[in-house]
Amino acid sequence: MLHIVNKSHTQTNSLQSCLRLAQAGAALLVIEDAIYAATTGGAASSGIAGAIARLKVYALQPDVEARGMAGKLVEGVTAIDYAGFVDLVAEHTNNQSWL
Amino acid sequence: MKKFMFVNRKAPYGTIYALESLEVVLIAATFDQDVSLVFIDDGVYELVKGQETKGVGIKNHSKTYRALDGYDVEKLYVERESMAMRGLTEADLLVPVEVLSSAEMGSLMAEQDVVLSF
Repeated sequence: MLHIVNKSHTQTNSLQSCLRLAQAGAALLVIEDAIYAATTGGAASSGIAGAIARLKVYALQPDVEARGMAGKLVEGVTAIDYAGFVDLVAEHTNNQSWL
Repeated sequence: MKKFMFVNRKAPYGTIYALESLEVVLIAATFDQDVSLVFIDDGVYELVKGQETKGVGIKNHSKTYRALDGYDVEKLYVERESMAMRGLTEADLLVPVEVLSSAEMGSLMAEQDVVLSF
């Protein structure tokens, strides 16, 4: 399953709920304001640093660049472009957007 | 002249708040008011250097912060606690700011005539 989160982890509990429910081996894609959760400054408090071992974590690179966070993704997070986003959706049988 | 404070608490681009705040700040400045901008919580992300929005097709409004002193808007304050929680320092920001503690920010807020929240 693919989980998609687009909200900042310090503004809403979307990411927190996603991490609580996501099963081991699932994919997590952070986009828009959720990308801060996958940066070196945010990964520890967001819980992503702790989740990398059990989830495949991706971040949408255009959103990372827009926010001045290029090069700041924490190790273990894979940057993808829009085509990669489409591939992720196509590869997984289902997905959930944590709005 | 009234003291106006604009409280910015949202990250840029994910919502329209950051851009709307800038628009209203420029209007207030046109009317020669005493304008302060404060950045707390995710609002500190608005000032991060190196924003590159070509990939998302949204206008990069971060450059406008650098133009604010041309409108005599020179009071930019960032809450130290919000920056620290996000692993940011003044060196990561694209404009000079004054860094205040939560208590100092609270006291600055209390002395305003008008506080607008974004």
